[in-house]
Amino acid sequence: MLGISNLMPIIILGLSFAFFMMARSKATAVSNGIPSSLHSRPNYHGTLSFLWVLLLGIAAYLILLIFGSWFVTGSLLSQIKAADPSLADIQAQLVLSDAKAISEGRTASSVDDLRETIAGNYSGLSNLHNWSMVLIPLTLSVLGGFFQIKRITAEWRARNKSERIIRSFLFVCAAIAVLTTVGIVLSLIFETMNFFSNIGWRVDKYIFGTEWSPLAGVHSGTMDPDRVGAIPLFVGTLLITLIAMIVAVPIGLMAAIYLSDFASARVRAWAKPMLEILAGIPTVVYGFFAAITLAPAIRGWGEAIGLSVASESALAAGIVMGIMIIPFISSLSDDVINAVPQSLRDGSYGLGATKAETIRQVVLPAALPGIVSAVLLGVSRAVGETMIVVMAAGQGANLTVNPLEAVTTVTVQIVMLITGDTEAETAAGPAFTLGFTLFCVTLLLNIVALRIVRKYREAYD
Amino acid sequence: MAQEVSEKQMKITARGVDVFYGEAQAIKQVDVDIEDHAVTAFIGPSGCGKSTFLRCLNRMNDTIDICRVTGDIRLDGNDIYDPSIDPVQLRAQVGMVFQKPNPFPKSIYDNVAYGPRIHGLTGSKSELDGLVEWALTRAGLWNEVKDRLDKPGTGLSGGQQQRLCIARAIAVQPTVILMDEPCSALDPIATATIEELIDELRTKFSIVIVTHSMQQAARVSQKTAFFHLGDLVEFGDTNDIFTAPQDERTQNYITGRIG
Ligand SMILES: Nc1ncnc2c1ncn2[C@@H]1O[C@H](COP(=O)(O)OP(=O)(O)O)[C@@H](O)[C@H]1O
Ligand SMILES: [Mg+2]
Repeated sequence: MLGISNLMPIIILGLSFAFFMMARSKATAVSNGIPSSLHSRPNYHGTLSFLWVLLLGIAAYLILLIFGSWFVTGSLLSQIKAADPSLADIQAQLVLSDAKAISEGRTASSVDDLRETIAGNYSGLSNLHNWSMVLIPLTLSVLGGFFQIKRITAEWRARNKSERIIRSFLFVCAAIAVLTTVGIVLSLIFETMNFFSNIGWRVDKYIFGTEWSPLAGVHSGTMDPDRVGAIPLFVGTLLITLIAMIVAVPIGLMAAIYLSDFASARVRAWAKPMLEILAGIPTVVYGFFAAITLAPAIRGWGEAIGLSVASESALAAGIVMGIMIIPFISSLSDDVINAVPQSLRDGSYGLGATKAETIRQVVLPAALPGIVSAVLLGVSRAVGETMIVVMAAGQGANLTVNPLEAVTTVTVQIVMLITGDTEAETAAGPAFTLGFTLFCVTLLLNIVALRIVRKYREAYD
Repeated sequence: MAQEVSEKQMKITARGVDVFYGEAQAIKQVDVDIEDHAVTAFIGPSGCGKSTFLRCLNRMNDTIDICRVTGDIRLDGNDIYDPSIDPVQLRAQVGMVFQKPNPFPKSIYDNVAYGPRIHGLTGSKSELDGLVEWALTRAGLWNEVKDRLDKPGTGLSGGQQQRLCIARAIAVQPTVILMDEPCSALDPIATATIEELIDELRTKFSIVIVTHSMQQAARVSQKTAFFHLGDLVEFGDTNDIFTAPQDERTQNYITGRIG
């Protein structure tokens, strides 16, 4: 019986198909062999019945599933409280779970009269609940199905109706996608506000403070506004991003120029997929490459020329992050460079310009907006990148611009806060605030980049 | 001996030119003489190789990997496919105007100054200003744009853009200008303006124009070459070609039976 109620979605689906066939054959019958006499083709009649049966059944099932168990629990809890008003909420819930265990034949933590009675009531109620979850959706589906079939006539606008239902369904899906995004952003904002109110709205201390140790005072239950300064994080993030871009922009851009204007078709055919493979390597792999191979190597070179290099350095993380971003920049730039019409190149060659002059003075200026936006998108990836810096950049909130020292970034601190020992609720405040900051920065970068791209597209179309 | 004398007056002489795209032959054994200070028109149905042959004259075909040119083409008696010739310098002498106006996404001034700058034709800013004004005036565009030289060239109308491209080409001081269907993207009024301009430019340059409009060829050219399926079928004075074509294919084409 419990099995049946769990199988309901499948049963309803089967039923829907059955009604699809029935409606279709009724529509065919109504047409008297003249298909054009129907307003909607038989398949649309079938679809409409199918949708009615399916949606009615599933909706009823879901409503009963959610509100039914809520109702069962609620009414049993109030019975327990009525029988023994001295019980606290937690205790009443314990009694209820014992009662459930008894009725399902499992061992309960203790057994007494109250628990036995409630166990009896529980099995009665949950029986009722299960049966209602089977019978009510079935009845509604079948009634709805027959109602639709009865409405089938030659003039019946089944196509318009079913299209409207499908449109609403698609709208609901789109709404879910948008609403979850809005929900996430709202919760970011809410937690950020919460954090700021905990530090007495000293937003300035967060933005301009130079000491980051937000959890230092949490055991006494307060957050010290003097120790939530995010400047070391911002500086670390900027430093690593800068190093990454110094690596990625020239190499990526030159690679794109080579691929689009110099490489033969054969070289292009294997070089492009290679770059795309590079883009598909998980960042965690880059991360341990940075931590295990590059960082010790840099340290060794540094020591060889008498520099002291930390074992985790901004340089190692930045270089590897740059390597990660190269394919991103080169493939976006390659696209925009290719989008510069051949006719412009021809125009330049026709005036006696060399290839280099043409690229520098015609192709690159024309592609510049696209290249700038590729770089901005690259920056936004670098700023949000986590795995590489977690492994290779260090954790201490050091305020330094020396690339040979360990620094930390916004993303690293979020990871540390969330995976640390401090309970999630306390750590969430600063973590969400950092996350919100990151979100704002990358959003801004993406918007600017997309704007530039759009403007640039208009110039050629 | 008489042959040699007549070749001396020619700006460009082409003998036995073959062009291949990979395996496919686009041009077969073409002989053409381009007269100085005259307009020579190439006509023929589309795909017959007019553009391909035109692009041999300034070695633009070099930019296409699979394209191979054989035969003898001389500019002022010098073989332009000689290894000692730099195609980049050749293109400064033989300018080109394309089918679709293709101004650079730069200001009107920078479009015209582009060629002189890369070839270092002028010593000072005022000299360059003078050259830009001269080129725009010759192209019949100066009065329309003199107040907005710093505005983008792409903002002009189609006909103005094409005249800007002509100005851009003549600013490099070429001796020959190749035009590949320069009016096919333009409306009739802009076309008429460009045709007048071509007639005027003839006084200073040799002009070769590809067109698929026979009326245009008749209006602007002194010499006409008719191409068909990669062959040069007939070449002579425009008047003769249109009034007394020797070849049946030419006759069919100008009376509209093939095309
Ligand atoms: N870049 C190219 N690659 C391969 N084949 C080409 C190329 N350009 C032109 N062709 C071929 O050469 C022939 C002549 O073309 P084209 O010179 O453009 O003719 P027209 O200008 O007279 O219309 C055509 O068959 C065309 O398909
Ligand atoms: Mg052509």
